[in-house]
Amino acid sequence: MSTERRSTSERRSGGGRTQAKASGPGRALSLGRRLELFYYMLLNRRLEERLANLYRQGKVVGGLYLSLGQEATSVASAFALEPQDLLAPMIRNLGSMLVRGVKPREVLMQYMAKADGPSGGRDGNLHFGGVERGLIAPSSMVGALVPVMAGVALASRMRKLDAVALTYVGDGATSTGAFHEGMNFASVQKLPLVVIGEDNRFAYSTPVSKQMAIATLADRAKAYAMAAVTVDGNDAEAVYTATKLAVERARAGGGPTFIEAKTMRMRGHAEHDDGRYVPRELLEEWRAKDPIDRYRAFLSEKEHVSAADLHAIEERIRAELDEEVARAEASPEPPAERGLGCVYAEDPRPFGGPSGHGGS
Amino acid sequence: MAERTYLEAIRRGLLEEMDRDERVFLLGEDIGEFGGAFKVTAGLIDRFGPERVIDTPISESAIVGAAIGAALLGMRPVAEMQFIDFISTTFDLITNFAAKCRYRWGAAVPMVVRGPCGGYVHGGPYHSQNVEAYFHHTPGLKIVQPSTPYDAKGLMKAAIRDDNPVLYFEHKFLYRRLREEVPDDDYVVPIGKAAVRRRGKDLTIVTYGALVPVCLEVASEMEAAGASVGVVDLRTLLPLDEATILEEVSRSGKLLIVHEDTLTGGVGAEVAARVAEKAFEYLDGPIRRVAAADTPIPFSPVLEERVLPQKPDVMRAARELLDY
Ligand SMILES: Cc1ncc(C[n+]2csc(CCOP(=O)(O)OP(=O)(O)O)c2C)c(N)n1
Ligand SMILES: [Mg+2]
Repeated sequence: MSTERRSTSERRSGGGRTQAKASGPGRALSLGRRLELFYYMLLNRRLEERLANLYRQGKVVGGLYLSLGQEATSVASAFALEPQDLLAPMIRNLGSMLVRGVKPREVLMQYMAKADGPSGGRDGNLHFGGVERGLIAPSSMVGALVPVMAGVALASRMRKLDAVALTYVGDGATSTGAFHEGMNFASVQKLPLVVIGEDNRFAYSTPVSKQMAIATLADRAKAYAMAAVTVDGNDAEAVYTATKLAVERARAGGGPTFIEAKTMRMRGHAEHDDGRYVPRELLEEWRAKDPIDRYRAFLSEKEHVSAADLHAIEERIRAELDEEVARAEASPEPPAERGLGCVYAEDPRPFGGPSGHGGS
Repeated sequence: MAERTYLEAIRRGLLEEMDRDERVFLLGEDIGEFGGAFKVTAGLIDRFGPERVIDTPISESAIVGAAIGAALLGMRPVAEMQFIDFISTTFDLITNFAAKCRYRWGAAVPMVVRGPCGGYVHGGPYHSQNVEAYFHHTPGLKIVQPSTPYDAKGLMKAAIRDDNPVLYFEHKFLYRRLREEVPDDDYVVPIGKAAVRRRGKDLTIVTYGALVPVCLEVASEMEAAGASVGVVDLRTLLPLDEATILEEVSRSGKLLIVHEDTLTGGVGAEVAARVAEKAFEYLDGPIRRVAAADTPIPFSPVLEERVLPQKPDVMRAARELLDY
């Protein structure tokens, strides 16, 4: 398992760049890593733009859930993980999956219910993973991943895998029983778990004020004596640093951390929802805090990255996505018979998907 | 070989698997020093330590969720529900998470969820239930329920070794009432295989759990009266051993289904439907079911006795079918 996972991570680091370890008290990233972080945030956004186009063309089966405005939280948190760590994304964490080595075509094929998608047409959107690639697939039930990832963290400790488990919950998901049970259990057991709580101000149409009487998501953690920190979720470096510290602490046996990331959902709940219940001023306010614009400015002002270099990243992503979309669209629909098999582990029928199997 | 109760046989199954495979561990409420509400796990913490016999908060979703996560990482967790009634609080993680992992993304979840089920002990509405029907409808799960100490150990070993999520329902009425020779060897009772406890030429009773001994008594009393009555103990409820059911019913031509769970939508309904579909031409009479009344399980011994199936109910139904 670990050898396979390492090769995934080597592919992931891409472009011959090595994954520099964060070092020093500030855990500052090297310029190379910063450019990589920017690349993934931009890839996250551009891929979702392609998905939105495909959705409008009627090529996406079912709903499309975007993470516009939340890319820094997904990408920078996943960026703080080591190859052996395990990540479980929720629907707005496409960026975290890209960091873990997921190819855009996999996501595209999932959304279009194609034969060669990682779940082979059996499930859609971001619902796929593989333990050997460090990815635990979510179910639709929000909150459920918290106890599951507590179990992943528990097994990591029992098997001495030195792996930290990381997952995400929305503000709404923090009201579920599964979330609270998982948080409490993780804290009692001092498990190597990091939970990123994304306060994007809404759960579908419900504002945070109707979700909870407490002032801030981080207060949830107090009841479990779990370490908690609140960060600006649109500040990639802040998210990275907070996650890096939490991951290091977890790995050292210091127990779980809840990281509240303050951000904003800049689209409707899904593309079918125009989000008319969201106050216009709120959107205006947060548009000015766009995480990608901010990081681009940081790179050019603080790191003196030239406009040409930043443009080259745009171009690289454009070319990459042209290719990925073409490949995904070319994939056929799955054979109908595939719907019947692979319910039980011992089913000999091939799982399907690109390599004839998906997951562990 | 030693004489063991049903409960001791379950513990032996756990202990032997934990000895054999270090990936096997237990988690649940009060299962450590205290040994569990029924003492199924008594002494295991001394042998395996608190890392492998984990006392949890009262959080069934955390227990099952953690078992799923650990199973995904290659462990073999056995999660205890203190009473199986409480499994309702973690329905989502079992039916939507564990049961669907293999189908949705190819991931195996080799987890066991076990706990005491069943009535006849005056436990009332929340400590007497049989919950198999809620889960029988969920593809991806397996469900077993032993009726003998021998099977209790063998099915536990099979459940732990299975690569799918397995629900293991142990009948609390049988815990200390049944006792038999249980070999110390490493044997398994395969999941998916019913046991033909008696062959019958005139009538087949399909049953499981605490009603197996009752049906066997009925069968031997009927034999004394000249009727040949067979008893099939399902042992595995999901997947059903359809072949054995059809074979036995084809031989006798008459089917009586007996279960302790409530009638409507119970496992018996599925057995009846399969036989009606696939062995109709062998039937010499209607399919009959004896099951609990469609009520919650009442607390009063008088009321409980009225609601749960009793030996005379089985006797009466068997006679009616034989006379049909
Ligand atoms: C247990 C459960 N109840 C309801 C839903 C339907 N649902 C899907 S997403 C959603 C809102 C989730 O809000 P939040 O947790 O804040 O995440 P966000 O969408 O903002 O990222 C709801 C109600 C669900 N998926 N799971
Ligand atoms: Mg939200």
